[in-house]
Amino acid sequence: MAEAHPVGFQWVMEAKARGAKIIHVDPRFTRTSAVADLHVPFRAGADIAFLGGLINYVLTEGEDFREYVTTFTNAADLVGEDFVDTEDMAGIFSGYNADTGRYDPISWQLEGVEYEAPAAGMRDHWEADLREQADGSGQSDEGRQREHHAAMASDTGGGAGDAAHATSTPQRDETLQHPRCVYQVLKRHYSRYTPEAVSRVCGMGVEEFLQVARAITENSGRERTTAWVYSVGWTHHSVGAQYIRGAAILQTLLGNMGRPGGGILALRGHASIQGSTDIPTLYDLLPGYIPMPNAHLHDDLRSFLDADAAKTGFWGNMDTYMVSLLKAWWGDAATPENDFAFDYLPRLTGDHGTYGIVRDQIDRKTYGYFVVGENPAVGHANGKMQRLGLANLEWLVVRDMQMIETATFWKDGPEIETEELRTEDIGTEVFFLPCANHTEKAGTFTNTQRLLQWRREAAHPPGDARSELHFYFHLGKKIREKLAGSTDERDRPLLDLTWDYPTFGVHEEPDPESVLGEINGYDADGNPLSSYTQLKADGSTTAGCWIYTGVYKDGVNQADRRKPGSEQDWVAAEWGWAWPANRRTLYNRASADAEGRPWSERKALVWWDAENDTWTGHDIPDFEATKPPSYVPAEGATRQDALAGTDAFIMQTDGKAWLYAPAGLADGPMPTHYEPVESPVANLLHEQQDNPALERIDRAWNRINPSQSEVYPYAFLTYRLTEHHTAGGMSRFLGYLSELQPEFFCEVSPALAAERNLEHLGWATLISARTAIEARVLVTERMKPLRIGDQTVHQIGLPYHWGSNGLSTGDPANDLLGVVMDPNVHIQESKVATCDIQPGRRPRGPALLDFVESYRRKAGVEPGGNT
Amino acid sequence: MGARTWLGEWPMFRQATGSDPLGRGSAVQSPRTQALGPRTSDADEVVKSVCPYCAVGCGQNVYVRDGRVTQIEGDPDSPVSRGRLCPKGSASTSLVTSPSRVTTVRYRRPYGTEWEDLDLDTALDMIADRVIDARRKGWQDTDEEGRVLRRTLGFSSLGGATLDNEENYLIKKLFMALGAIQVENQARI
Repeated sequence: MAEAHPVGFQWVMEAKARGAKIIHVDPRFTRTSAVADLHVPFRAGADIAFLGGLINYVLTEGEDFREYVTTFTNAADLVGEDFVDTEDMAGIFSGYNADTGRYDPISWQLEGVEYEAPAAGMRDHWEADLREQADGSGQSDEGRQREHHAAMASDTGGGAGDAAHATSTPQRDETLQHPRCVYQVLKRHYSRYTPEAVSRVCGMGVEEFLQVARAITENSGRERTTAWVYSVGWTHHSVGAQYIRGAAILQTLLGNMGRPGGGILALRGHASIQGSTDIPTLYDLLPGYIPMPNAHLHDDLRSFLDADAAKTGFWGNMDTYMVSLLKAWWGDAATPENDFAFDYLPRLTGDHGTYGIVRDQIDRKTYGYFVVGENPAVGHANGKMQRLGLANLEWLVVRDMQMIETATFWKDGPEIETEELRTEDIGTEVFFLPCANHTEKAGTFTNTQRLLQWRREAAHPPGDARSELHFYFHLGKKIREKLAGSTDERDRPLLDLTWDYPTFGVHEEPDPESVLGEINGYDADGNPLSSYTQLKADGSTTAGCWIYTGVYKDGVNQADRRKPGSEQDWVAAEWGWAWPANRRTLYNRASADAEGRPWSERKALVWWDAENDTWTGHDIPDFEATKPPSYVPAEGATRQDALAGTDAFIMQTDGKAWLYAPAGLADGPMPTHYEPVESPVANLLHEQQDNPALERIDRAWNRINPSQSEVYPYAFLTYRLTEHHTAGGMSRFLGYLSELQPEFFCEVSPALAAERNLEHLGWATLISARTAIEARVLVTERMKPLRIGDQTVHQIGLPYHWGSNGLSTGDPANDLLGVVMDPNVHIQESKVATCDIQPGRRPRGPALLDFVESYRRKAGVEPGGNT
Repeated sequence: MGARTWLGEWPMFRQATGSDPLGRGSAVQSPRTQALGPRTSDADEVVKSVCPYCAVGCGQNVYVRDGRVTQIEGDPDSPVSRGRLCPKGSASTSLVTSPSRVTTVRYRRPYGTEWEDLDLDTALDMIADRVIDARRKGWQDTDEEGRVLRRTLGFSSLGGATLDNEENYLIKKLFMALGAIQVENQARI
């Protein structure tokens, strides 16, 4: 955090100055470690073993915050009798189909609950499974078939379906003693994650582990809270979503959610990567985490809402969010008679994530590509795969400030050097369009704490440079003009689209505030809405992204509020605007006990004011303001009315934090330690080596190193430097930053340097089944060899910022990586893989291909290639 | 210039006799350095902004003179950053003024070996034609079982994490209206 988010880290140092203990768990010793109270060296890819060890410690020592757990979690729910844990199935949960490599989650359900919703990733596959079932002989048990269909029909996409459809109340044992209650199931699941086991798997000492375990349990409870901070070091794994689940279970057991100084904080790495998830330029979502409709499951708006909207909790209002979105996009053309133009939306039929798209580019199944403010030729895993995709396109539009590698692959890419591709043979037509930078346009970024901050325009963009707002608005206008008068049904969504933003200046720049207003939404009279609770399902309101409703309250740009921090309290509620409803801490109802009293004065955030019958506090309550703690829902209540006054987790159907996830995940209801696909060691905790549900792309350009291979014996991990930014497009081209970090390097321990004759500041070549790259050698004690079982594991650190263009150049670390993916979110495992390392520079030209092939041969890997 | 004046101007003399015995301030100033001022002092305006690098969201003050960005500093008012910037944020003036920044459209024709120039409006028109063509070629009304798809797989988009919310909104909205489902960004990575 000190290196990649240095200015955010000032608050960690503030906390330390006030007595907080800082623990850094990381394979590398970094500037964060240097100021931490404790640095725990660690093996990349072993996080679930570590988190599971902490969960086991909390449960066996009875250190959970019992009153919090019984009030706010599903610990007391009973798991159905059909569920079989990994403990009894050699590391696999019940419901696994070895032929498809996927889980059927029906046996994970809670007792007394008909079905709940699965994850987006699962639905991508399950529709195929469903069809197989429908086509096959499995029709005998019709009731069960229907149940399956319902369970599979839903979608989280990170949102709505997460908790959809708890149609009945699960059976509970409030004493937490029933052998099938979640608390006991959890306890059994993690019983083998002992301190000794953690030590063996993670490579940390037993005493080091216990130091961490004691520190976090002593620092959690009524008077104290502990926060966990993570970044892509947790998400870039074939079990990535389950890493986060592991932290969620731990933090919920310790009572650290919804409270000041608590939480699981994701440090995101791009200025508005949070915003681009909220208003998603992502295939599986609509704005505000509404899932995209699926062809096989959703015929019309009603079936879409039936399948994906929860009946209880705030997702029970998905009809109002969805209809308001359709009205924002299609205006008068969206009517109750035509399902508010629901049919205008395209349908998904499976995984259309970025790696699948690139595979289709290589196979020439898709023809055009816009790349805006991103540099996949350097920044994405398996650079060759990315560049082969680019080389097989008909046309490519790159919008950037600098001439990045993605725009020049046809001229000077690594495949040109190896003669795998020839410039004259590449048919891709390339448009490079210069773009405006952050000072040359106005608009909002959403930062990593969900805070929208408005930037004002300081100068005009030079030459042909334009904002994306300008480009997409005018591109849309032009396409609409060209298709005007079309009677083709497929053009109706385009021609009926509300696409009429006011413009200003000689370049006819669209007014960004008018777009922000549309995102916020309006009532039937055209007044800006102030809260998503005002949205209606009858077509009388609009909202382009319901969670952002309120950002343009009273027609005032709330994201542009700039009351100096020095003139505000610690919440600083009048600086910018946080979604939803300017709440700064989500689920903060949990900062007060069942009766609505703060758990302690020291940790007061929001509380029930009985005199005035309202929730109040330092933050805006993330709860209905006038729902008393004593509220008990009536039988059959729906939407938020179905949640009790103690149900703090208001987006969940049951209002509870889930220690056990009966639905929503494609690879199990509880996190289980699996080794990375490319691991130097065997799984010491379970027979199953790696995530049985992970996703692969089996192609010649994506060969995978065998696990525990002597040919690729070392683990490597990729990371960022303070002085560079992601794929380098905004840093390698700048003088100061290139001077500060001028060259690509690899970090190795003195022991590994001795083992492989690597010389400090000399060159090294790193080899995987994909390619070989070269880097300067940095021999440093910061990298520690770890003892895993009876093996020594060496880890190599690689900053991933470099490519061939700019002031500071070098081989891209991402070229070394292959692509295997987490089944929930289709994110690649790029934070750990294996390689060999040898002294000296890599071969040049076609010799490089022979060199890499010789390694593949030795390792028994199939030949590589471009097909 | 008399000898006395010359001696009085001599930095060593000033350091030895004046109020700056360590030679870190007034003793070592020349008329030229005395006349120097920070780039920020003669700005026409200071515009409130946010750092474009990571997602911490540090406040920036953008100094503008004659319509050009002359300096970017941390914004002390921001409760997020309290005026601080990291090395990248501190270098963001050079991001804006970089001499290698490309400011004209570049075009590479199929099988071409060099970049060519292209007029921006022409480029936009050509891209619009290609979108319409790829959309048609990749169009799917229904799947093989007759279920409505109403979509195209003809082209795709990558990017958004470095863009504004308003920009992401227009991209998603336009692509949905075109039936183009293949929209992705860094958040998947």
